[in-house]
Amino acid sequence: MTENIKKIQTGIQNSGVEDVTADVLEEDSSWIKSKRYWYLTSMILPGVPILSAYIASQTGNGLWLWSMFVVLYAILPLLDHLSGLDAANPSDELMDELGKDRYYVYIMYGATVAHWVALVYMAYVVSSFDFSWFSILGGALSAGIANGLALVAGHELGHKVNDKAQVFCAKLMLACSGYGHFFIEHNKGHHKDVATPEDPATSRFGETIYKFVQREIPGAFRRAWELESARLHRLGKSEWSLSNEIIQPALITITAYTLMLAYFGPVMIPFLAIAAGYGWWQLTCANYVEHYGLMRERDANGRYERCQARHSWNSNHKVSNLVLLHLQRHSDHHAHPTRPYQLLRDYPEVPGLPSGYPWMFAVAMFPSAWFSVMNPMVVNWAEGDMTKVNIDPDVQDEVFKRYHNPKVAKAA
Amino acid sequence: MNKYECPDCGYIYDETLGAEHEGYPAGTKFDDLPDDFPCPDCFVREKPDFVEQSS
Repeated sequence: MTENIKKIQTGIQNSGVEDVTADVLEEDSSWIKSKRYWYLTSMILPGVPILSAYIASQTGNGLWLWSMFVVLYAILPLLDHLSGLDAANPSDELMDELGKDRYYVYIMYGATVAHWVALVYMAYVVSSFDFSWFSILGGALSAGIANGLALVAGHELGHKVNDKAQVFCAKLMLACSGYGHFFIEHNKGHHKDVATPEDPATSRFGETIYKFVQREIPGAFRRAWELESARLHRLGKSEWSLSNEIIQPALITITAYTLMLAYFGPVMIPFLAIAAGYGWWQLTCANYVEHYGLMRERDANGRYERCQARHSWNSNHKVSNLVLLHLQRHSDHHAHPTRPYQLLRDYPEVPGLPSGYPWMFAVAMFPSAWFSVMNPMVVNWAEGDMTKVNIDPDVQDEVFKRYHNPKVAKAA
Repeated sequence: MNKYECPDCGYIYDETLGAEHEGYPAGTKFDDLPDDFPCPDCFVREKPDFVEQSS
């Protein structure tokens, strides 16, 4: 914890990402090259619900259907704890080599197929064998967690706006959970408004995740629809057309869900609702964790400063970074949104979380635990000056009374 | 016809090409873009941040 706080304090003085040049060690280069095989995890993880559903169908033991739940909240945090941190950054030459290598894109295409197979196969197993409602719930939540991983991969693909194949796969991935508006909302909305009170996808100090989600999900959809309507109007088209990039993935979802309902029966109604909803919840957790309390300042003209490294929470935990495509190197992602996952960099002085995202997602679901871990870190980040923090207006007075103390923070 | 570069990702707004997908047809002058025009690749830099390229 002390180490994390130290990171944050120094992060204030040095917020420019480009300023930092990191020395690259020889052993780092060989580790980074070996990661090409570890990234296959993105194709293998959707295999977990497939394999466990198969075992459940063969043995009749429906508890197997809970597999992904155990993977996310127990196995990944444990592996993160055991494997430790990975601060390795590729050298400039290696950046060039890895950036051109299409292999990393092909993994994402493979993962797209794997995620659809996982969803359909889980749907088939829960509907075709005799399981208790508790087992079916586990199957739906496992499918939901797989859908959450599909959103991570869809996020990666959705940033590659110049590559039609990658954007098409992004739409397919996001359609697994019916969240196709995400790549518009995220690229054009969240990246623009991140770490400001206006952003529905940035959580505020003192806001529980259960309050946040009620602002995030409708706010994100509204913003996506407004952005897409404005684009189509500029093109002289109606928002109700097939050119609408929110309607396109929605049609994929509607078609697939209708077919599953027709073939697998009415159990698909609760199953798909939970699987989609729990996929959305994974994204809510990510949004909640990534920028909690952090806020950009306005310049003399009232324009927000450009997003800096100090406006995102990061984690270098090795296993979760491989599984989440380096999403946890979040400062670099916001500095360079089009940079592909295999190139995302660590910086020594960025706000750091005490654990990888999977464990932080679990902590976030217990607000008192979340506040006790994160609130002191945000106060340190702001050097006790709570005017610099993005605070939930409903608890503003309380928060100021309790934490606002810029002089003491500076003297200490 | 002038060109303007996004200082973050290197995207170049070329007035002869416009930004068709975003609804700014070929020939749209940089000056005619709205002030909140974001880079159509990275979306984290806006019109005031773009740098004119010397031809």
